[in-house]
Amino acid sequence: MAKLKSMEELAKLRDDMKNRTEMRVTGTNPDRIVLSVGMATCGIAAGGRDTMKTLVEELEKHGINNVSVVATGCLGYCYAEPVVEVRFPDKGPILYGDVDVKRAREIVDQHLVKGILLDHAIIGKGAGRR
Amino acid sequence: MNRYRMHLMVCGGTGCRSSQSVQIVENLNQELKKAGMDQEVQVVTTGCFGFCEKGPIVKIYPDNIFYVEVKPTDAAEIVAEHVVKGRTVQRLVYKDPAGGKQIPASTDMPFYGQQIRIALRNCGLIDPENIDEYISVDGYQALGKALSTMTQQQVVDTLKKSGLRGRGGAGFPTGLKWQAALKQKSDKKYIVCNADEGDPGAFMDRSVLEGDPHSVIEAMAIAGYATGADEGIVYVRAEYPLAVKRLKIAIAQAEEYGLLGKEILGSKFSFRIRLSLGAGAFVCGEETALLNSVEGSRGEPRMKPPFPAEKGLFGKPTIINNVETFANVCPILLNGPEWFASIGTEKSKGTKVFALSGKINNVGLAEVPMGITLREIVENIGGGVRDGRTFKAVQIGGPSGGCLPKSLLDIPIDYESLSAAGAMMGSGGMIVMDDTDCMVNIAKYYLDFTVDESCGKCTPCRVGNKRLFEILERITDGKGTMKDLDDLEVLGGTIRDASLCQLGQTAPNPVLSTLKHFRDEYIAHIVDKRCPSGVCQNLIHYVVVADKCIGCTVCARNCPVSCISGERKTAHVIDQERCTKCGVCFSKCPVDAIVKE
Amino acid sequence: MASTTMTDEARYEELDRYIADLPDHKGSLIQVLHVAQDLFGYLPQDVQMHVARKLALPAAKVYGVVTFYSFFNTEPRGTYTVSVCLGTACFVRGSEEILKEFEKQLKVKSDQTTPDNLFTLTTIRCVGACGLAPVVMVNDRVYGRVTAKDVASIIDDCMAKGGSENG
Repeated sequence: MAKLKSMEELAKLRDDMKNRTEMRVTGTNPDRIVLSVGMATCGIAAGGRDTMKTLVEELEKHGINNVSVVATGCLGYCYAEPVVEVRFPDKGPILYGDVDVKRAREIVDQHLVKGILLDHAIIGKGAGRR
Repeated sequence: MNRYRMHLMVCGGTGCRSSQSVQIVENLNQELKKAGMDQEVQVVTTGCFGFCEKGPIVKIYPDNIFYVEVKPTDAAEIVAEHVVKGRTVQRLVYKDPAGGKQIPASTDMPFYGQQIRIALRNCGLIDPENIDEYISVDGYQALGKALSTMTQQQVVDTLKKSGLRGRGGAGFPTGLKWQAALKQKSDKKYIVCNADEGDPGAFMDRSVLEGDPHSVIEAMAIAGYATGADEGIVYVRAEYPLAVKRLKIAIAQAEEYGLLGKEILGSKFSFRIRLSLGAGAFVCGEETALLNSVEGSRGEPRMKPPFPAEKGLFGKPTIINNVETFANVCPILLNGPEWFASIGTEKSKGTKVFALSGKINNVGLAEVPMGITLREIVENIGGGVRDGRTFKAVQIGGPSGGCLPKSLLDIPIDYESLSAAGAMMGSGGMIVMDDTDCMVNIAKYYLDFTVDESCGKCTPCRVGNKRLFEILERITDGKGTMKDLDDLEVLGGTIRDASLCQLGQTAPNPVLSTLKHFRDEYIAHIVDKRCPSGVCQNLIHYVVVADKCIGCTVCARNCPVSCISGERKTAHVIDQERCTKCGVCFSKCPVDAIVKE
Repeated sequence: MASTTMTDEARYEELDRYIADLPDHKGSLIQVLHVAQDLFGYLPQDVQMHVARKLALPAAKVYGVVTFYSFFNTEPRGTYTVSVCLGTACFVRGSEEILKEFEKQLKVKSDQTTPDNLFTLTTIRCVGACGLAPVVMVNDRVYGRVTAKDVASIIDDCMAKGGSENG
């Protein structure tokens, strides 16, 4: 590590390091958005881990913070695994089914960034019927 | 850099380490590797969470789940269930003792509910051995701000405006201390951090040093800039090996990053920090004694004035602040003095960390706003007295402080209220006592401590406290007279007025405060020759309750001096003349027919 | 703890090296004594005299400092130093009973060493692990929530390891 020579270098280092601890600060924030990925045996078998990894990567790519991606147990929609629940602090949960890598990207791109729901992927509307 | 989707924070403070938290970290890492998730999930050894009663603690982000009393063998289940499948391990979740309800998030626990964490802001949040994590939570930004945008006087003014007062005991305004040092013209000035936390029952400084050493280092550098000092010394107890280790790591990292050393962050300011190990002398917590000790001499206090800010270490202007005081400095610079001053009471601003221990359910560290009542700390945060016993007193401020009774539980906690009640903020040790603790014996305990630790330089402390101790010993032996009570008060007053340093001046406090609030216990010892709490050996008698005794002979057979007589199946009798009060019969009796009186 | 494999000569050499590397002797006495005690295990008169000469201080000053601080010992210590915490938190949770039990089982009083040089029994005032009160420290290891019943097993733990600290 070269010595820091100025306030700007220190500020840059702080920004670079931010993601090391951001999750811990966000994790206790009551206003955070929570993405829950079904990770029971069936969720994992259907590819839940790749879904989860993609969500984490996409969020970072978009520089979105204040979102917690958590694993959760079986949500009961085994026919639609992998399942992802999106919960904004003051709104009801939206449940997406068949969330593969592509759809995970869409969730971040559309729902989180632009605020547009993916109607075709919501369980009970489009998802789980393949 | 690899972004982890989950962080497992494991407490690496002294308390949890002695309950095998190091092994927990190792096992978690192994299990993660086995599950192929060591690239996705990170295990972080962090500082003290404060909830020592329930340690070792493992906190999981981003889920915000708080596991208590974790054992190394639980690692497999945490990984298999929580990490892999997202199912909370219910049996490790904290249960509210009142309703038995499970509370998975620390933010919802009564222990944390009323806390505001400023000094402890990073304890449990970051890895204390990793400067990058400290920087990621705005570490060294306050130093940068001071160096690049503030004059020395502006830094001192900010401290003054914040109302921060010394957290080591007496509560002297920190800004004024800095101002006094800034005013001095000298070729050399020093910044000293007092980390000689010697009060029995206080462990907040240890937790800050172990959990967030950089916050102290950064604040010392800021103090150096503000007053024109170029050298800092941390005087730390040799009894705190982990704190010493983490400080050494932190100093080395700060030097590597150029945050200590020459021309910090491209400015003209240079500052270095070294450690000085204490060697086990309580009096070295007194600032002038501490200076003598850093100079390599016996830790005897000096006359004041001159104050250290004028003539301190090696005769040069010196600022001495305690660990917790320094830990408050950076947030004040970053968030502004108004923010800090908005917390607390009119004369006592900000928060104070208290170390709760003794007969209380939730032993641990709690940082609360000034002005909160004792009752809120003892009952809400501390969870009340343990084992269903009744509250008798809370001892605040260690050997310099006093014991406060139930009737004073509603006083607000600030420097002035506590002093008026006969206690002292001190370093913030708070020891709860119940009906089985004898207050005369507690006073004797503290005097024993002071006599042991008195440096011997001045007569009132060296001889006076010894006499106080002897009088207390007489009372607990059942040989006291009512005149002894007057003597205690007169002599205590003399020692308070005439001693050279704070140690001596405050040494009679435990006696005077118990005399004031628990006089009836003293009188019971003297007049009734009775120890109401059943503690003082010479005043207790073991008696068989005839109605309850089933004549099983267990007591008679176990008595080491064979002073219990009685036929099988008839009530037994203890010969008081020969009884040595060893208590064996009391603990062996299967039907609790033997009582202490 | 003193290294058991070093000769006294090697220890003096090491100590001299430390002193020679000091940038400045000013105020270094206590730090030098820490190093000396680490090397020798305790600070006998010879070592004190040696330090006095090396730092050009009166022997009386060195002796005065050694005897002032409880961390420094002028008598050799056992392989295991058992320190019972008598801090207030431990005291109100019954650490006196534990001290008595150690005295009984080790057959020594506080601040004494067993004849086989295995144990030194001492008391300390607060190690800051009050959450685990009452606390007993054996060398650097902390035992928490100790009861009189645990005393035998703590002693057995050490006995099992025998005379070698790392065994």
